[in-house]
Amino acid sequence: MNNIIKNIISAITLILLQCLILNNINFSNSINPFLYIYIIIYFPVINNRMAFILFSFLYGLSIDFFSDSAAIHAAACASLAYFRPLFLKLFFGMTYIHQVVKFNNIDIRQNILYVSSLTLFHHFVLFLIEVFDSSKIILIIEKTIFTGLFTILLILLLNLFLKKK
Amino acid sequence: MKQIIYFLLRNKNFLLFLFLFLLSIFINYRSNSYTSSKIINSSNEVLGYIYNNTTDIKNYFNLVNENEKLVNENKFLRSIIINNKIDTITDSVNYNITGAHVIKNSFRLTRNYITLDVGKKIGIKEDLGVISSKGIIGVIDKVSTNYSRVISILNTNLNINAKIKTSNHFGTLNWDGESPSYVQLKDIPKQANIKIGDTITTGGNSFIFPKGILIGSIKSFKLDNSQNYLELEVLLFNDMSNINNVYIIENKAIDEIKSLDE
Repeated sequence: MNNIIKNIISAITLILLQCLILNNINFSNSINPFLYIYIIIYFPVINNRMAFILFSFLYGLSIDFFSDSAAIHAAACASLAYFRPLFLKLFFGMTYIHQVVKFNNIDIRQNILYVSSLTLFHHFVLFLIEVFDSSKIILIIEKTIFTGLFTILLILLLNLFLKKK
Repeated sequence: MKQIIYFLLRNKNFLLFLFLFLLSIFINYRSNSYTSSKIINSSNEVLGYIYNNTTDIKNYFNLVNENEKLVNENKFLRSIIINNKIDTITDSVNYNITGAHVIKNSFRLTRNYITLDVGKKIGIKEDLGVISSKGIIGVIDKVSTNYSRVISILNTNLNINAKIKTSNHFGTLNWDGESPSYVQLKDIPKQANIKIGDTITTGGNSFIFPKGILIGSIKSFKLDNSQNYLELEVLLFNDMSNINNVYIIENKAIDEIKSLDE
Protein backbone atom coordinates (compact mmCIF):
# COMPACT_ATOMS: atom_id res chain seq x y z
CA MET A 1 0.00 0.00 0.00
CA ASN A 2 2.75 2.38 1.01
CA ASN A 3 4.60 1.56 -2.17
CA ILE A 4 1.64 2.35 -4.36
CA ILE A 5 1.23 5.80 -2.83
CA LYS A 6 4.95 6.43 -3.17
CA ASN A 7 4.85 5.47 -6.84
CA ILE A 8 1.85 7.66 -7.55
CA ILE A 9 3.48 10.66 -5.91
CA SER A 10 6.73 10.18 -7.82
CA ALA A 11 4.76 9.73 -11.05
CA ILE A 12 2.95 13.03 -10.53
CA THR A 13 6.19 14.80 -9.61
CA LEU A 14 7.89 13.49 -12.74
CA ILE A 15 4.95 14.49 -14.95
CA LEU A 16 5.01 18.05 -13.61
CA LEU A 17 8.81 18.23 -13.83
CA GLN A 18 8.69 16.98 -17.41
CA CYS A 19 5.94 19.27 -18.63
CA LEU A 20 6.66 22.50 -16.81
CA ILE A 21 10.46 22.49 -16.92
CA LEU A 22 12.06 19.86 -19.14
CA ASN A 23 9.75 20.46 -22.11
CA ASN A 24 10.99 24.05 -22.20
CA ILE A 25 14.72 23.39 -22.29
CA ASN A 26 14.94 23.33 -26.10
CA PHE A 27 18.65 22.73 -26.13
CA SER A 28 19.98 23.79 -29.55
CA ASN A 29 16.44 24.58 -30.61
CA SER A 30 14.75 21.21 -30.45
CA ILE A 31 16.33 18.81 -27.97
CA ASN A 32 14.34 18.10 -24.82
CA PRO A 33 15.18 15.18 -22.54
CA PHE A 34 12.34 12.83 -21.61
CA LEU A 35 13.26 12.13 -18.03
CA TYR A 36 9.74 10.92 -17.21
CA ILE A 37 10.50 7.39 -18.46
CA TYR A 38 12.70 6.97 -15.37
CA ILE A 39 9.77 5.53 -13.48
CA ILE A 40 9.00 2.91 -16.15
CA ILE A 41 12.64 1.88 -16.50
CA TYR A 42 13.12 1.43 -12.76
CA PHE A 43 9.64 0.15 -11.94
CA PRO A 44 9.94 -2.79 -9.51
CA VAL A 45 9.72 -6.12 -11.32
CA ILE A 46 6.21 -7.41 -10.67
CA ASN A 47 4.21 -10.40 -11.77
CA ASN A 48 1.19 -8.47 -12.94
CA ARG A 49 2.37 -7.34 -16.34
CA MET A 50 -1.09 -6.26 -17.50
CA ALA A 51 -1.32 -3.67 -14.72
CA PHE A 52 2.15 -2.44 -15.55
CA ILE A 53 1.38 -2.00 -19.25
CA LEU A 54 -1.88 -0.22 -18.47
CA PHE A 55 -0.17 2.04 -15.94
CA SER A 56 2.55 2.96 -18.45
CA PHE A 57 -0.03 3.72 -21.12
CA LEU A 58 -1.97 6.07 -18.83
CA TYR A 59 1.26 7.63 -17.62
CA GLY A 60 2.33 8.37 -21.20
CA LEU A 61 -1.13 9.65 -22.01
CA SER A 62 -0.94 12.19 -19.20
CA ILE A 63 2.31 13.51 -20.70
CA ASP A 64 0.46 13.80 -24.01
CA PHE A 65 -2.30 15.80 -22.36
CA PHE A 66 0.25 18.40 -21.39
CA SER A 67 2.28 18.52 -24.57
CA ASP A 68 -0.56 18.44 -27.13
CA SER A 69 1.01 15.50 -28.87
CA ALA A 70 -2.04 13.29 -29.58
CA ALA A 71 -0.96 9.93 -28.13
CA ILE A 72 2.67 9.44 -29.13
CA HIS A 73 4.01 9.21 -25.59
CA ALA A 74 1.26 6.78 -24.65
CA ALA A 75 2.19 4.47 -27.52
CA ALA A 76 5.90 4.68 -26.78
CA CYS A 77 5.38 4.04 -23.06
CA ALA A 78 3.11 1.05 -23.68
CA SER A 79 5.73 -0.49 -25.98
CA LEU A 80 8.44 0.25 -23.43
CA ALA A 81 6.46 -1.53 -20.70
CA TYR A 82 5.62 -4.47 -22.94
CA PHE A 83 9.17 -5.03 -24.18
CA ARG A 84 10.93 -4.32 -20.88
CA PRO A 85 11.15 -8.01 -19.79
CA LEU A 86 13.06 -8.71 -23.00
CA PHE A 87 15.73 -6.19 -22.00
CA LEU A 88 15.70 -7.41 -18.38
CA LYS A 89 16.36 -10.95 -19.56
CA LEU A 90 19.11 -9.71 -21.85
CA PHE A 91 20.99 -7.74 -19.22
CA PHE A 92 20.25 -9.52 -15.94
CA GLY A 93 19.68 -13.06 -17.14
CA MET A 94 19.31 -15.47 -14.23
CA THR A 95 18.47 -12.87 -11.59
CA TYR A 96 15.54 -11.77 -13.70
CA ILE A 97 14.23 -15.27 -14.29
CA HIS A 98 14.21 -15.90 -10.53
CA GLN A 99 12.51 -12.54 -10.07
CA VAL A 100 15.07 -11.11 -7.71
CA VAL A 101 16.24 -8.10 -9.69
CA LYS A 102 16.84 -5.25 -7.28
CA PHE A 103 17.65 -2.02 -9.06
CA ASN A 104 19.34 -0.67 -5.96
CA ASN A 105 22.33 -2.93 -6.14
CA ILE A 106 23.14 -3.60 -9.76
CA ASP A 107 26.49 -3.22 -11.40
CA ILE A 108 27.11 0.28 -12.83
CA ARG A 109 28.06 -1.07 -16.28
CA GLN A 110 24.94 -3.22 -16.48
CA ASN A 111 22.94 -0.24 -15.35
CA ILE A 112 24.29 2.05 -18.07
CA LEU A 113 23.69 -0.54 -20.79
CA TYR A 114 20.20 -1.29 -19.53
CA VAL A 115 19.15 2.38 -19.32
CA SER A 116 20.72 3.28 -22.68
CA SER A 117 19.08 0.48 -24.62
CA LEU A 118 15.63 1.06 -23.10
CA THR A 119 15.86 4.83 -23.62
CA LEU A 120 16.95 4.56 -27.25
CA PHE A 121 14.18 2.02 -27.87
CA HIS A 122 11.56 4.33 -26.33
CA HIS A 123 12.80 7.39 -28.24
CA PHE A 124 12.91 5.52 -31.52
CA VAL A 125 9.29 4.38 -31.18
CA LEU A 126 8.30 7.88 -30.06
CA PHE A 127 9.85 9.73 -32.99
CA LEU A 128 8.81 7.04 -35.45
CA ILE A 129 5.17 7.61 -34.53
CA GLU A 130 5.54 11.35 -34.28
CA VAL A 131 7.09 11.86 -37.70
CA PHE A 132 5.25 8.91 -39.31
CA ASP A 133 7.04 9.27 -42.61
CA SER A 134 9.42 6.58 -43.86
CA SER A 135 11.24 9.03 -46.13
CA LYS A 136 12.45 10.92 -43.06
CA ILE A 137 14.15 7.97 -41.38
CA ILE A 138 17.42 9.93 -41.09
CA LEU A 139 15.63 12.68 -39.18
CA ILE A 140 14.08 10.08 -36.85
CA ILE A 141 17.44 8.45 -36.10
CA GLU A 142 19.10 11.82 -35.61
CA LYS A 143 16.42 12.91 -33.14
CA THR A 144 16.57 9.56 -31.34
CA ILE A 145 20.32 9.73 -30.79
CA PHE A 146 20.61 13.37 -29.73
CA THR A 147 17.59 13.39 -27.44
CA GLY A 148 18.51 9.91 -26.21
CA LEU A 149 21.99 10.95 -25.04
CA PHE A 150 20.49 13.82 -23.09
CA THR A 151 17.85 11.59 -21.48
CA ILE A 152 20.30 8.80 -20.60
CA LEU A 153 22.58 11.30 -18.87
CA LEU A 154 19.74 12.74 -16.81
CA ILE A 155 18.33 9.33 -15.84
CA LEU A 156 21.73 8.08 -14.67
CA LEU A 157 22.35 11.26 -12.69
CA LEU A 158 18.93 11.07 -11.03
CA ASN A 159 19.51 7.41 -10.26
CA LEU A 160 22.89 8.15 -8.71
CA PHE A 161 21.40 10.97 -6.67
CA LEU A 162 18.51 8.85 -5.36
CA LYS A 163 20.84 5.95 -4.53
CA LYS A 164 23.09 8.17 -2.45
CA LYS A 165 20.13 9.17 -0.35
CA MET B 1 -14.13 -22.70 -27.45
CA LYS B 2 -11.83 -23.77 -24.62
CA GLN B 3 -8.89 -23.43 -26.97
CA ILE B 4 -9.81 -19.85 -27.79
CA ILE B 5 -10.14 -18.89 -24.14
CA TYR B 6 -6.79 -20.49 -23.34
CA PHE B 7 -5.24 -18.65 -26.25
CA LEU B 8 -6.65 -15.34 -25.04
CA LEU B 9 -5.46 -15.97 -21.50
CA ARG B 10 -2.01 -17.01 -22.59
CA ASN B 11 -1.54 -13.93 -24.76
CA LYS B 12 -3.40 -11.43 -22.63
CA ASN B 13 -0.35 -9.19 -22.17
CA PHE B 14 0.35 -9.06 -25.86
CA LEU B 15 -3.29 -8.44 -26.71
CA LEU B 16 -3.54 -5.62 -24.19
CA PHE B 17 -0.37 -4.08 -25.56
CA LEU B 18 -1.58 -4.43 -29.13
CA PHE B 19 -4.91 -2.86 -28.26
CA LEU B 20 -3.34 0.12 -26.48
CA PHE B 21 -0.77 0.60 -29.21
CA LEU B 22 -3.33 0.56 -31.99
CA LEU B 23 -5.57 2.86 -29.98
CA SER B 24 -2.82 5.46 -29.72
CA ILE B 25 -1.92 5.10 -33.40
CA PHE B 26 -5.59 5.70 -34.15
CA ILE B 27 -5.66 8.83 -31.96
CA ASN B 28 -2.52 10.04 -33.73
CA TYR B 29 -3.99 9.36 -37.11
CA ARG B 30 -7.17 11.25 -36.23
CA SER B 31 -5.18 14.20 -34.95
CA ASN B 32 -3.40 14.44 -38.29
CA SER B 33 -6.50 15.71 -39.97
CA TYR B 34 -7.48 19.30 -39.45
CA THR B 35 -10.44 19.00 -37.09
CA SER B 36 -9.59 16.37 -34.61
CA SER B 37 -8.17 15.26 -31.29
CA LYS B 38 -11.24 16.31 -29.41
CA ILE B 39 -10.12 15.01 -26.03
CA ILE B 40 -6.37 15.26 -25.76
CA ASN B 41 -5.27 18.87 -25.90
CA SER B 42 -4.14 21.47 -23.47
CA SER B 43 -6.96 23.96 -24.00
CA ASN B 44 -9.01 22.12 -21.41
CA GLU B 45 -9.66 24.00 -18.21
CA VAL B 46 -7.41 22.22 -15.69
CA LEU B 47 -4.28 22.23 -17.83
CA GLY B 48 -5.01 25.77 -18.96
CA TYR B 49 -5.10 26.87 -15.36
CA ILE B 50 -1.75 25.25 -14.54
CA TYR B 51 -0.06 26.69 -17.60
CA ASN B 52 -1.57 30.12 -16.99
CA ASN B 53 0.05 30.31 -13.57
CA THR B 54 3.47 29.10 -14.64
CA THR B 55 3.43 31.48 -17.62
CA ASP B 56 2.88 34.42 -15.30
CA ILE B 57 6.21 33.69 -13.68
CA LYS B 58 8.00 33.17 -16.95
CA ASN B 59 6.60 36.38 -18.41
CA TYR B 60 8.05 38.38 -15.60
CA PHE B 61 11.56 37.65 -16.83
CA ASN B 62 10.64 38.55 -20.36
CA LEU B 63 9.06 41.94 -19.70
CA VAL B 64 11.85 44.08 -21.13
CA ASN B 65 11.80 42.28 -24.44
CA GLU B 66 8.04 42.36 -24.73
CA ASN B 67 7.88 46.07 -23.91
CA GLU B 68 10.37 46.81 -26.61
CA LYS B 69 8.35 44.84 -29.14
CA LEU B 70 5.14 46.65 -28.21
CA VAL B 71 6.81 50.07 -28.34
CA ASN B 72 8.14 49.28 -31.80
CA GLU B 73 4.71 48.24 -32.96
CA ASN B 74 3.15 51.37 -31.51
CA LYS B 75 5.72 53.45 -33.33
CA PHE B 76 4.86 51.73 -36.57
CA LEU B 77 1.10 52.20 -36.08
CA ARG B 78 1.59 55.83 -35.16
CA SER B 79 3.63 56.42 -38.27
CA ILE B 80 0.76 55.05 -40.33
CA ILE B 81 -1.74 57.41 -38.71
CA ILE B 82 0.55 60.42 -39.08
CA ASN B 83 1.35 59.66 -42.68
CA ASN B 84 -2.36 59.24 -43.40
CA LYS B 85 -2.03 55.86 -44.97
CA ILE B 86 -5.63 55.23 -44.08
CA ASP B 87 -6.18 52.76 -46.92
CA THR B 88 -4.54 49.95 -44.99
CA ILE B 89 -6.87 50.60 -42.08
CA THR B 90 -10.06 50.92 -44.12
CA ASP B 91 -9.13 47.62 -45.68
CA SER B 92 -9.36 46.00 -42.32
CA VAL B 93 -12.70 47.32 -41.03
CA ASN B 94 -14.08 43.98 -42.10
CA TYR B 95 -11.92 42.36 -39.47
CA ASN B 96 -12.29 42.29 -35.69
CA ILE B 97 -9.03 42.23 -33.78
CA THR B 98 -8.70 40.73 -30.27
CA GLY B 99 -5.52 40.66 -28.19
CA ALA B 100 -4.35 37.52 -26.37
CA HIS B 101 -1.37 36.09 -24.53
CA VAL B 102 0.41 32.84 -25.27
CA ILE B 103 0.36 30.59 -22.22
CA LYS B 104 1.95 27.57 -23.86
CA ASN B 105 4.05 27.33 -26.97
CA SER B 106 5.79 24.44 -28.64
CA PHE B 107 8.03 24.41 -31.69
CA ARG B 108 10.14 21.28 -31.44
CA LEU B 109 7.58 18.67 -32.51
CA THR B 110 6.47 18.11 -36.06
CA ARG B 111 2.90 19.07 -35.16
CA ASN B 112 3.06 22.06 -32.88
CA TYR B 113 0.24 23.81 -31.06
CA ILE B 114 0.02 27.03 -29.06
CA THR B 115 -2.43 27.68 -26.22
CA LEU B 116 -3.92 31.16 -25.70
CA ASP B 117 -5.57 32.62 -22.61
CA VAL B 118 -8.82 33.65 -24.32
CA GLY B 119 -11.85 31.51 -25.10
CA LYS B 120 -15.52 31.28 -25.96
CA LYS B 121 -16.33 33.70 -23.15
CA ILE B 122 -15.14 36.69 -25.17
CA GLY B 123 -16.34 35.35 -28.50
CA ILE B 124 -13.38 33.38 -29.82
CA LYS B 125 -14.40 30.77 -32.37
CA GLU B 126 -12.70 28.01 -34.33
CA ASP B 127 -10.94 28.86 -37.62
CA LEU B 128 -9.86 32.37 -36.67
CA GLY B 129 -6.41 33.57 -37.74
CA VAL B 130 -3.70 34.46 -35.22
CA ILE B 131 -0.90 36.94 -35.94
CA SER B 132 1.75 38.80 -33.97
CA SER B 133 3.23 42.23 -34.65
CA LYS B 134 5.82 40.61 -36.91
CA GLY B 135 3.62 38.26 -38.86
CA ILE B 136 1.55 35.14 -39.05
CA ILE B 137 1.35 32.64 -36.14
CA GLY B 138 -1.38 30.11 -36.94
CA VAL B 139 -5.08 29.24 -36.95
CA ILE B 140 -7.33 28.52 -33.97
CA ASP B 141 -8.60 24.95 -34.01
CA LYS B 142 -10.18 24.35 -30.60
CA VAL B 143 -11.87 26.59 -28.06
CA SER B 144 -12.94 26.03 -24.45
CA THR B 145 -14.58 28.56 -22.14
CA ASN B 146 -11.42 30.41 -21.15
CA TYR B 147 -8.71 29.01 -23.39
CA SER B 148 -8.11 28.23 -27.01
CA ARG B 149 -5.65 26.17 -29.00
CA VAL B 150 -3.85 27.37 -32.12
CA ILE B 151 -2.36 25.19 -34.87
CA SER B 152 1.04 26.79 -35.18
CA ILE B 153 2.52 27.64 -38.57
CA LEU B 154 5.12 25.09 -37.45
CA ASN B 155 2.68 22.22 -37.89
CA THR B 156 3.05 19.92 -40.86
CA ASN B 157 -0.75 19.73 -41.21
CA LEU B 158 -1.37 23.44 -41.70
CA ASN B 159 -1.52 24.77 -45.26
CA ILE B 160 -1.78 28.50 -45.79
CA ASN B 161 -2.38 30.41 -48.97
CA ALA B 162 0.55 32.79 -49.50
CA LYS B 163 1.84 35.05 -52.23
CA ILE B 164 4.87 37.09 -53.20
CA LYS B 165 4.33 40.65 -52.06
CA THR B 166 5.30 42.39 -55.29
CA SER B 167 3.49 40.11 -57.75
CA ASN B 168 0.28 38.12 -57.53
CA HIS B 169 1.75 34.65 -57.91
CA PHE B 170 0.48 32.55 -55.06
CA GLY B 171 1.20 29.10 -53.63
CA THR B 172 0.76 26.92 -50.59
CA LEU B 173 2.76 27.48 -47.45
CA ASN B 174 3.59 24.37 -45.45
CA TRP B 175 6.25 23.30 -42.97
CA ASP B 176 8.50 20.29 -43.56
CA GLY B 177 9.03 19.67 -39.84
CA GLU B 178 12.72 20.46 -39.72
CA SER B 179 14.00 23.92 -38.75
CA PRO B 180 11.61 26.14 -36.72
CA SER B 181 12.96 29.24 -38.51
CA TYR B 182 12.07 28.18 -42.05
CA VAL B 183 8.84 27.22 -43.79
CA GLN B 184 8.35 26.03 -47.37
CA LEU B 185 6.24 27.70 -50.05
CA LYS B 186 5.26 25.38 -52.89
CA ASP B 187 3.47 25.62 -56.25
CA ILE B 188 4.74 29.06 -57.28
CA PRO B 189 4.81 29.02 -61.11
CA LYS B 190 8.32 29.21 -62.48
CA GLN B 191 7.48 32.27 -64.58
CA ALA B 192 7.28 34.28 -61.37
CA ASN B 193 10.11 36.73 -61.26
CA ILE B 194 11.50 36.30 -57.75
CA LYS B 195 14.66 37.35 -56.00
CA ILE B 196 16.25 36.14 -52.80
CA GLY B 197 15.10 38.43 -50.00
CA ASP B 198 11.63 39.16 -51.46
CA THR B 199 8.82 39.36 -48.93
CA ILE B 200 6.11 36.68 -48.68
CA THR B 201 2.65 37.68 -47.41
CA THR B 202 -0.71 35.94 -47.01
CA GLY B 203 -2.58 35.63 -50.26
CA GLY B 204 -6.12 36.61 -49.33
CA ASN B 205 -7.58 33.56 -51.09
CA SER B 206 -8.72 32.13 -47.77
CA PHE B 207 -11.32 33.64 -45.47
CA ILE B 208 -9.10 33.30 -42.43
CA PHE B 209 -6.39 35.88 -43.05
CA PRO B 210 -6.76 39.23 -44.78
CA LYS B 211 -4.46 39.88 -47.73
CA GLY B 212 -0.98 41.15 -46.97
CA ILE B 213 -0.18 39.83 -43.50
CA LEU B 214 3.60 39.40 -43.35
CA ILE B 215 5.07 35.89 -43.29
CA GLY B 216 8.77 35.95 -44.12
CA SER B 217 11.45 36.55 -46.72
CA ILE B 218 12.77 34.23 -49.43
CA LYS B 219 16.01 32.53 -48.45
CA SER B 220 16.48 30.24 -51.45
CA PHE B 221 14.45 28.60 -54.20
CA LYS B 222 14.62 25.63 -56.55
CA LEU B 223 12.50 23.84 -59.15
CA ASP B 224 10.36 21.02 -57.78
CA ASN B 225 10.16 17.47 -59.14
CA SER B 226 7.69 18.38 -61.89
CA GLN B 227 10.09 21.10 -63.17
CA ASN B 228 7.16 23.48 -63.56
CA TYR B 229 6.85 24.99 -60.14
CA LEU B 230 9.23 26.60 -57.71
CA GLU B 231 9.80 25.50 -54.16
CA LEU B 232 10.80 28.38 -51.88
CA GLU B 233 12.55 28.29 -48.54
CA VAL B 234 11.04 31.12 -46.48
CA LEU B 235 12.72 32.65 -43.41
CA LEU B 236 9.95 33.55 -40.94
CA PHE B 237 9.88 37.12 -39.60
CA ASN B 238 8.55 35.76 -36.32
CA ASP B 239 10.85 34.02 -33.91
CA MET B 240 8.42 31.19 -33.17
CA SER B 241 10.29 30.24 -30.02
CA ASN B 242 9.66 33.66 -28.48
CA ILE B 243 6.09 34.89 -28.80
CA ASN B 244 3.88 36.34 -26.12
CA ASN B 245 1.45 39.01 -27.31
CA VAL B 246 -0.67 37.94 -30.27
CA TYR B 247 -3.74 39.23 -32.09
CA ILE B 248 -6.73 37.19 -33.21
CA ILE B 249 -8.33 38.23 -36.48
CA GLU B 250 -11.98 37.58 -37.14
CA ASN B 251 -13.39 38.09 -40.59
CA LYS B 252 -16.85 39.58 -40.03
CA ALA B 253 -18.02 38.61 -43.48
CA ILE B 254 -17.10 34.94 -43.15
CA ASP B 255 -20.67 33.68 -42.77
CA GLU B 256 -21.77 35.68 -45.78
CA ILE B 257 -18.90 34.37 -47.91
CA LYS B 258 -19.51 30.80 -46.77
CA SER B 259 -23.23 31.07 -47.58
CA LEU B 260 -22.27 31.94 -51.17
CA ASP B 261 -20.32 28.71 -51.47
CA GLU B 262 -23.18 26.52 -50.37
